[in-house]
Amino acid sequence: MVDREEVLEVARLARLELRPEDLERLAGQFGRILDYMELLREVDDEAPLPPPVAVALRPDEVRPGLTREEALAHAPKSDGETFLVPPVILPGDGK
Amino acid sequence: MRPGATPLPELARALAAGDLASREIVADCLAAIEERNESINAVIHLDENAQAAADESDARRRRGESRGPLDGIPVLVKDNIAVRGAPLSCGSKILAGYSPPRDATAVTRLREAGAVILGKANLDEFGMGSSNEHSAFGPVRNPHDPERVPGGSSGGSAAAVAAGFAPLALGTDTGGSVRLPASWCGVVGVKPTYGRVSRSGLVAFGSSLDQIGPMTGSVEGAALALAAMAGPDDADATTLADAWNAPSFGEDSLRGLRVGVVREFLEDGVDEAISTRIRSAIAAMESAGAEIRDVELPHARYAVAAYYVVASAEASSNLARYDGVRFGHRDPEARTLDELYTRTRTHGFGREVQRRILLGTYTLSAGYSEAYYQRAGRVRERIRGDFDQAFSQVDVLVSPVSPESPFHLGDLRGDPLRMYLNDAMTIPASLAGLPAVSVPVGMIDGLPVGLQVQAPRGQDDRALLVAAAVERLRVGP
Repeated sequence: MVDREEVLEVARLARLELRPEDLERLAGQFGRILDYMELLREVDDEAPLPPPVAVALRPDEVRPGLTREEALAHAPKSDGETFLVPPVILPGDGK
Repeated sequence: MRPGATPLPELARALAAGDLASREIVADCLAAIEERNESINAVIHLDENAQAAADESDARRRRGESRGPLDGIPVLVKDNIAVRGAPLSCGSKILAGYSPPRDATAVTRLREAGAVILGKANLDEFGMGSSNEHSAFGPVRNPHDPERVPGGSSGGSAAAVAAGFAPLALGTDTGGSVRLPASWCGVVGVKPTYGRVSRSGLVAFGSSLDQIGPMTGSVEGAALALAAMAGPDDADATTLADAWNAPSFGEDSLRGLRVGVVREFLEDGVDEAISTRIRSAIAAMESAGAEIRDVELPHARYAVAAYYVVASAEASSNLARYDGVRFGHRDPEARTLDELYTRTRTHGFGREVQRRILLGTYTLSAGYSEAYYQRAGRVRERIRGDFDQAFSQVDVLVSPVSPESPFHLGDLRGDPLRMYLNDAMTIPASLAGLPAVSVPVGMIDGLPVGLQVQAPRGQDDRALLVAAAVERLRVGP
């Protein structure tokens, strides 16, 4: 079982809102999944690791991307120049 | 046999000989979909340009300008891969109304090879699931028994091929999402070496694991499709630098091939009938001249735990982009920006996706990242090292694809951990980036069984050639 407060904090970080009944269920499932993950502690973490696989990085060059029209084409709300969103702070907040 | 249910190489030969037109194949697929998709729920969008593309292909052939074996072959695309002009839902409400501005590289290359995009296949939301019960479009059903799941997350693709809706479908595999449904639906599924096929245009789930792979009725057909899609791509820095061509499938013998078997994969929690079937396949390989050797993957028992840490962590990061600002669903009631994020994500994501995001957020959060994410990453390296060791003794590894047969819809609801354990045989190759093929080895009680062939990184052709040899052995009823 994971602490309910901890699940709530993780949900806040992930921008997900949990209903009270989901919170109970998730805390239980989380507990079982995390218990299973405890298996990883059995592994000898001091033993040397195999040599890494080489990954070739591409050159860091500027290339054309989406046009403004393409980027805004699916915006739920836009003024044709930018994406529009509700205010960060409502008038009267923070008093 | 109906064209839509005919193995791809035979279709290609019939098209080349002029015995069949692409228009006829497409019409047959559409008729099969019309007749049976309502009960299987494998196809969630039909491309209105399919018939026209088929006609163009037929016209090219008449002019003697065929683009090769895939020219005129209809293909269904898992709906987490971008097809220009078609919706891209990922099986999620959060992408409602979204349609991508361009094709995924894999789709572009299939079009260049003449393939006809038929439509989009249902899937577990964002590729997260092993049963295809987690889709905003409803569950996919197994064509061999509609009360059972097809496997996931590429369940729509697998079920569509099994039901003869299309001779070829694209799936994606993060921890077994091509191989498991291929096994449970009785089709061939290929998870290529990580980097073989560009991920550009594939909606990211676990970026260090995701690969697009073909699902079809024969190993040779899968190789033809893979060859069309494979190769380096400027748009995906993780693609391998070398080009890849399909090997030639002669009557290669298994003589002298060293086949490795991990005993635990035939014993621990594996359904007895499946274990027996895989043992018969191994015995048949031995009779055909292969040398069978026991090998060990000492860290394989940690693979599922490591995978669900790594994949969930990557998912929580990748899915942060769905915030209702730039595309897809936006909650109409939100009064502030923070409410917009939270309400959009809460109503847009399904239950399993939320669970993975939360799990990933937890294991990446301050104070836990070393205990989970960093540690799992090191275990992943050790699993890769185990495979390197094993492949110094054998050429390929064989195992079941899944420890059990497809279960009934709803059987594992509320038990995510047991669902995750279904992937125990497929996850190790995903963590190590290896190529792995699921090839059917008959049926048990009317349900298909698959055998997995795994090969060293980059040796996709070896995995395919051995899978083709297994296919020819015709193991099991």
